[in-house]
Amino acid sequence: MNGLGALFLRDIRIAIRIGGGAMIGVLFFMSVVTLMPFAIGPDLALLTRIGPAILWLGALLASLLALDRLLAADQEDGSLDLLTMGPAPLELSVGVKALAHWLTTALPLVIASPVLALFLNLDLLATAAVTATLLVGTPALTFIGLIGAALTVTLRRGGLLLPVLILPLAIPVLIFGVAASNAAVVGPVTFGTPFTILCALTLMSLVVGPFAAAAALRAGQE
Amino acid sequence: MALIDLANPTRFLSLSGRALPWLAAATALAFAYGFWLTAGAPDDYQQGATVKIMFIHVPSAWLAMFGWMVMSIAALGTLVWRHPLADMAAKAAAPIGATFTLICLITGSLWGRPMWGTYWVWDARLTSVFVLFLMYLGVIALWRTVDDPTRAGRAAAILTLVGAINIPIIKFSVDWWNTLHQPASVVKMSGPAIHPTILLPLLAMAAAFTLLFITLHVAAMRNEILKRRVRSMHMMQAEAAPGR
Repeated sequence: MNGLGALFLRDIRIAIRIGGGAMIGVLFFMSVVTLMPFAIGPDLALLTRIGPAILWLGALLASLLALDRLLAADQEDGSLDLLTMGPAPLELSVGVKALAHWLTTALPLVIASPVLALFLNLDLLATAAVTATLLVGTPALTFIGLIGAALTVTLRRGGLLLPVLILPLAIPVLIFGVAASNAAVVGPVTFGTPFTILCALTLMSLVVGPFAAAAALRAGQE
Repeated sequence: MALIDLANPTRFLSLSGRALPWLAAATALAFAYGFWLTAGAPDDYQQGATVKIMFIHVPSAWLAMFGWMVMSIAALGTLVWRHPLADMAAKAAAPIGATFTLICLITGSLWGRPMWGTYWVWDARLTSVFVLFLMYLGVIALWRTVDDPTRAGRAAAILTLVGAINIPIIKFSVDWWNTLHQPASVVKMSGPAIHPTILLPLLAMAAAFTLLFITLHVAAMRNEILKRRVRSMHMMQAEAAPGR
């Protein structure tokens, strides 16, 4: 347990120091959301209607881009081999790494989303709904992405392959994230229904992700 | 004969070499019978002759899902039993399944053009088949990115199983998304029950397509075994080359 705690703190420290690049994801998120009005026009009514979708797409892309650093740095300096052979189960180690990754890359996105919602003319209720769905849904993106990161970590051209493998699996999260955000504002279903399913998706990815990723890492090391 | 007897690739080559002509002949016969029945099937009173696209479309859709099922079983064979032929079976099934998925999409949109007035609608069924097609392409891309076949096999097996868990979830979410966006769907399969004059050709074509899948799959597995032999012979040759 001590080892896992140390791993968690180490990953967070590396991410927030110079060269860690924890905040670049937020910068990317902001850039994508800024691009949207240029593409579809400055119509505030339209932006209000599709604002939750824009925020979700931006967060999805930003968390995807950060994924290739989730395991790659440890693969380069060899500490991934130590984790594979260490006393802690690999499933727990990669789970802890993904948790630290979520805290440093996805949580800033969630915190930034109310500010960006202001730019998209979302009202208070819609902003709260989007922030809540992002808070609950982004762990699913990170833990599904963990599988892709583990599959592609030893590949020379893994960077482009990762999103291709992961995006189809992220479709349910996107659907229920946007559905819950919209449901809070316009209905027709209550906010609770899609939101609970979103929670279920996250819980499931918390279980499936570490096991599949550990299996992929072991297969890649042989 | 147990499955483990097939573990020896040489044995599999000789057995499948003997079985392949028979499989091909059975496929040809089944297709001849299926086409004969299809030609005799009556046109629909609303859809006219376009209803016959269904005889290619529905079996392709069935094989699109069958292909992923074959890959998942083969993935279990790779990861659990370490069966030497399992990852070859998985690799051989991926392009065939992807092709049938593409055929299903193309025939569906060709049917949709006169019936719905558009090649594509974001209907739940169409969308989930399209996502399945993307997942097939992802697995093929993974196979083609890893250079060592054994390691590629493990990675693709894990991805296939994760996909197998996710396919029902994706199907469910797309259904949900669709009912939320367009309540009245264009497709209604719950019309009158299918008449035997249509059902019989459909079953015959489904059998023919399944036989075609099996034939192509066995042939592709043989190619894969031979390709790996060529690969290892090349490597042995390179190792024995002078100047090393």
